[in-house]
Amino acid sequence: AMEGGPSARIREGDCAVLKRDEVFKAVSVLRRRKIIFEKQWFYLDNAIGHIYGTTFEVTSGGNLQPKQEVEETTTETKEAGTDNRNIVDDGKSQKLTHDDIKALKDKGIKGQEIVQQLIENSTTFRDKTEFAQDKYIKKKKKKYEAVITIVKPSTRILSTMYYAREPGKINHMRYDTLAQMLTLGNIHAGNKMIVMETCAGLVLGAVMERMGGYGSIIQMYPGGGPVRAATSCFGFPKPFFDNLHEFPLSKVQSLLSGTFSTETLPADPEENALVEEESNGLSEEKQTSLQETEEEPATETPMESNPTEEQDTMDINAEDVEFKENKEKENKENVREKQIKQWERRKKLKEAAALLREKNADGLIVASKFHPTPLLLSLLEFVAPSRPFVVYCQYKEPLLECYTKLRERGGVINLKLSETWLRNYQVLPDRSHPKLTMSGGGGYLLSGITVILEKGKSDSSNSEALKMEEPSSKRCKLQDLPC
Amino acid sequence: MSFVEYGDTIKDGDTAIVFLGHESMFPVKVQHGSVTQTKYGVIRHSTDLIGKKYGSKVTCSKGGWVFILHPTPELWTMNLPHRTQILYSTDISIITMMLELKPGSIVCESGTGSGSLSHALIRTVAPTGHLYTVEFHQQRAEKAREEFREHGVEHLVTVTNQDVCKNGFGVSNIADAVFLDIPSPWEAIGHAKSALKAEGGRICSFSPCIEQVQRTCLAMEECGFTEINTLEILLRVYNVRTVSLQIPDLGKAAEDNSSTGFDSSNPSHQGSLCANLQQGTVQFKSGVPLREVVGHTGYLTFATKS
Repeated sequence: AMEGGPSARIREGDCAVLKRDEVFKAVSVLRRRKIIFEKQWFYLDNAIGHIYGTTFEVTSGGNLQPKQEVEETTTETKEAGTDNRNIVDDGKSQKLTHDDIKALKDKGIKGQEIVQQLIENSTTFRDKTEFAQDKYIKKKKKKYEAVITIVKPSTRILSTMYYAREPGKINHMRYDTLAQMLTLGNIHAGNKMIVMETCAGLVLGAVMERMGGYGSIIQMYPGGGPVRAATSCFGFPKPFFDNLHEFPLSKVQSLLSGTFSTETLPADPEENALVEEESNGLSEEKQTSLQETEEEPATETPMESNPTEEQDTMDINAEDVEFKENKEKENKENVREKQIKQWERRKKLKEAAALLREKNADGLIVASKFHPTPLLLSLLEFVAPSRPFVVYCQYKEPLLECYTKLRERGGVINLKLSETWLRNYQVLPDRSHPKLTMSGGGGYLLSGITVILEKGKSDSSNSEALKMEEPSSKRCKLQDLPC
Repeated sequence: MSFVEYGDTIKDGDTAIVFLGHESMFPVKVQHGSVTQTKYGVIRHSTDLIGKKYGSKVTCSKGGWVFILHPTPELWTMNLPHRTQILYSTDISIITMMLELKPGSIVCESGTGSGSLSHALIRTVAPTGHLYTVEFHQQRAEKAREEFREHGVEHLVTVTNQDVCKNGFGVSNIADAVFLDIPSPWEAIGHAKSALKAEGGRICSFSPCIEQVQRTCLAMEECGFTEINTLEILLRVYNVRTVSLQIPDLGKAAEDNSSTGFDSSNPSHQGSLCANLQQGTVQFKSGVPLREVVGHTGYLTFATKS
């Protein structure tokens, strides 16, 4: 079930997102498949059939068990101190040793009980202020009460996850920036959208979610084929993909100049079995041990690696088995299959080209590692007048250039270069304050609206330029200053 | 045209946006026989608008020209007549994403206010979703109904004139999301909970003051909401400007023909520098922040019904 109606249940084959506090991880729901998440090993089998949003505990044996709603152990007489002037941090206030705690864990004692033990064995606990006690309990709970919630993927969940775990794969596009793009671009059901992204398919998925299966999308892609690893995580029903097309960037010029032909197709992605995810050449992230293929998918588990955590890798086993089977079949039906596939690809390519040639797209979204200017200048040709477009760039400077070139080209108005600044808050009685500042690092957006482009009349004629920009009187003053 | 579906040509009865230039635009109700005054002259609807493509340039009677744009909720937000303080697209964007709204979603909202957020929500949940919006001010409720009709979206929205804190949203157990922008949201949390579907519904409360947020978070917790999270989002806009900075005169090293301390013979400075030594300036492009920036609209608190 996608929306409304009865709550969605976890099914085998789904892509689900594991959540513990602020940490997310996407996994394929497969039986007897060991999952590592937040230093715990378990199987998802018991989760199948439960409603998304259910919280589980990991039992010894690695099985999931829905967490019982337990009454919070209220500290009846809150014995507490007033401040920390007499509390000495000598590391000796906890009487339980590492081994003691390990013994408790091995006995199968529940996390809640362990926390209680820690409190009772802490010599300084009752001297702490109420707030400090609160904080202490929260911290211990976080460490010892291992609860995992299984949530349904959505743009909100996946964009937060990617930004936290693998920002390099999405050009460091923070989730609030993505939120702006979807709204500024007026993404909604019925649109004919052009999407150009190298964000592992996250932006495409977000656009698809907001279109609800209505309308159509043409995804432009560099190289051999589009990467849609994140897209498959959303769990869209099959019909959503009926109106999703793709078109190679390498054919854009020929399409614009009228010389397009399907004779030379981009390299067949299936021949390059494992095509590595393109990395942002300027990114400092280490290339993680991702083995994402560009094949249209069953389920994939893209979120495996985190440089600071366990070196998880993809669920290779399933892929290996699939791969061997394919090889065997291939040898038998090789030639004929290839021919059919080629014919199908040509047909789809022609369809996509036809859609683009109509030059009536309802919007354009660009979010890639490439310099935005050439993409904008060419792809805008396919967009109808009076439609919004949004370009994301990790850096501001390329958008400055893009802005300038767009002004020279004309046919666009209401150009705006912006970024959003996001701040999370801790809200507790008498303890409310901002948590994290995330200024910078979220990327930049250039947005605008198309208008009918009058050929042969550049917008840089005086009156038009002045109309489009703010008064420039301030600019000259700097030069007028005497030496 | 409608706010939920693009059209190509301007028709009688449309709401169109007249764009005059930088940050200068206004909405217009297209009607046979009407005229609209602009600083560039008169626009005659019958000849200048009706039948023309959206995105067209229209020359007004005095010779100046404007562009006619298809309405969108975002353009509407920038141009609608304010009856109350409104939400702007920056907040609207994050609200939409964090509430996980999409086509088919059922959303409850209070108060309707000037309908800024309402239009955006309707656009997102169309064509199969619905917005239940509650407004306790009778005239505002009526004006909102009128606007939704004019904009071709009345089938997607139900406006109820009542106090959400006393009487709730008028629906039970069906909403995917609830949004509150009222003075005392903590009084409506219980009603929000009963409007929401059994499991997994999302709630958002918008409040300018931290004290309101504190009370609301407490109420959410008491009602069993989880994943309670408060944030704020600010927009920084940059103007793209070509800036010229003077090169200071540092004098000469010795009595010879050396230049003014800036090595003009070296072509390999940062690509963007373009020294104009005759005038003693360097030019570059910059994204300059605006002088006045919106500092604070309100805090957004999100939570999940478990």
